[in-house]
Order: sequence, then C-alpha cells, then structure tokens
Amino acid sequence: MKQLLPALLFVWLLLGTVPASATVTLEAFTFDTEAEELHFRDLIAEIRCLVCQNQSLADSDAELAHDLRAEVYGMVQEGRSDAEIVDFLVNRYGDFVLYNPPLKPATYLIWFGPFVLLAIAAFLLVRALRRQGQAPAAEISAAERKRLDAMLGRPAVHDKDNDA
Amino acid sequence: MARYLRYLVPLGIFAVLVAFLFRGLSLDPKLVPSPLVGKPMPAFSLTRLDDPGTTISDVDIKGKVAVLNIWATWCVSCRAEHDVLLQLAQTGQVAIYGLNYKDNRADAQRWLRQLGNPYIANAFDEDGRVGIDWGVYGAPETFVIDPQGIIRHKHVGPLTTEVLQTQLLPLIAKLKS
Repeated sequence: MKQLLPALLFVWLLLGTVPASATVTLEAFTFDTEAEELHFRDLIAEIRCLVCQNQSLADSDAELAHDLRAEVYGMVQEGRSDAEIVDFLVNRYGDFVLYNPPLKPATYLIWFGPFVLLAIAAFLLVRALRRQGQAPAAEISAAERKRLDAMLGRPAVHDKDNDA
Repeated sequence: MARYLRYLVPLGIFAVLVAFLFRGLSLDPKLVPSPLVGKPMPAFSLTRLDDPGTTISDVDIKGKVAVLNIWATWCVSCRAEHDVLLQLAQTGQVAIYGLNYKDNRADAQRWLRQLGNPYIANAFDEDGRVGIDWGVYGAPETFVIDPQGIIRHKHVGPLTTEVLQTQLLPLIAKLKS
C-alpha cells in the first residue's frame, strides 16, 4: 500500500497534466464541429515547432508557429488530408518537424535499435540463467557429509532428506 | 587471458556510448538540414521592397549563380551579418537578392539607406508566406542558387567572413565554372 500511493499519485498527475496542456490553443480558430477541432489539435500536437524545438506546433508561441498554425488551419478548412498537410510541412522543413519519424534507412536505428538491444539483453539473460542451471551440483563424499552434518549439528538421521 | 577479456565488455560499451554522445552533442540542434537543397527553388512572386508597384519572382533570380538572403530589420543577427553581405557584394562574384521577411517596408528601406545596400533587388514578404515555402524558420538564412535555379546550399544564421571564405565563395566559384 505504501508503494502504491506514490504510483497512483504519479498516474493521476500524468492524467491530470496531459489533457490540460493539449486543450490550450493560442488562436481563436473556429470550427464547424467539435470533431474537426479535435482533429486539428491532434494534428498540430504531432508537429514540432522549429523555433522552440522542444515544443509542438500546438504549444509554441513563436511567430513562425502562429503562421504555421494558421497555414495548417487553412488547409484543414480546405478539406486537405492529413497526409497532404504533413507532406506540405515536410517538403519545406524536413522530417525534423515530425515527432513521429518515418521509417526509412536513416531512421532504422531509432526504430529498431531498442528491439535489437532488448534481443541482446534477452539472449544474455537466457544464457546466464542456463549456465546457472547447468552448474554441477557440489559433490561431496560420505565422509565429508558426515563432517558437514557434525559441523551443522545435524543428526545423521536426516541424511535421507538431504539427498536431494 | 580470455577470462579477463570479458571485463573489457563494459569498457567497449562505454566507448561506443562516448562516440555517440561526442557526435550527438557536438551537433547544433538549431541547424535543421533543409529538404530544399538539391531541389528547384520554390516559385514566388512578390512586390519589390523599393517599389510596391513592381513585382519580383523566382524567374528574375534564375540564369546566373545567385544568393538569396532572408533578412528583416527586427532581426539582430541580420544586422551583424550585413557587413559581410556588403563584402560579398563588393567581390562582384555573385548576384545577391534579398527576401525581406515579415518586416515593415519603410523600416527596411531606411535600413538599406543607412547601412548600405548589397542587394540587386529585394522581395517584400510581408506575411511570411513565401518564407514558409522556402522553409525559413529563423532569419537570417542564406541560399545559394545555381543558374538552373537549383538550390545548392543553405546557411542558417548570420554569415561571417569565415563562412564566406570557406563555404560560400568556393561554392560560388565551383558553380560558375
């Protein structure tokens, strides 16, 4: 219980903060439906602002972010698809604007690196465990066992139980 | 001997980590490679800074080795690089065009009168839409464009004499030959 409380608190904090920041937009864009608005916000939350590089297009207050939000809003209103809008930005600013990097040779390391490391770790773990299991059980002679029992103060009757 | 080799494994992992960090941390995160390098310059048509009545477009830039410099009067680094642009203009090696980005026309005209004008002509991009097409994310930025209108190089940040000598002038000389 003692460990559970901080964990719960942490989860609550996470749940509490994420939607709060995601609902903030800096302009008063108008949308016909709530679904459109959510769609727009999801889209700009996935795009990185080039000026404040650790902020998404949704969060940034940079001049360029204002311009690009307006640009994206215009394209959404025109009914352009997400792929078209993302292409528009990538053609101008490069893959850097995407928080979700596309799968291509230059990004193989990002996409597969963790799994390769996991596989290596799993292999090493399995090998270590196997070796431990195969380690020969210590063999001691009857005389040694007697001496051991004497040292441990065990009566020799228990020999049978200790055979395993 | 083989027994002790295993102790070198953590050292090896550490060396790899150091190599990655050394490379990663020495990169400047502000420098985002432009996808436009190697591609035709984006088309545009804007009014000239000195004359709202006439337009300037990408067609005017084509046909010679040219430099397009993105600048604004609100941009402090632009002021810092202005002397370097004047130097470049003085060499007579290249046609320098300007894209006056999200600026005030009167302020920009005064800037050129006071500091000197290295540009053949300036396009006035008031709302920054052309800037977006060119992938501008922070003035000053400088593009080198070949006679076919292909962007050959993009420099982000203020030009310095060193950048001029080691990057721009050699590239311009290469493109002209």
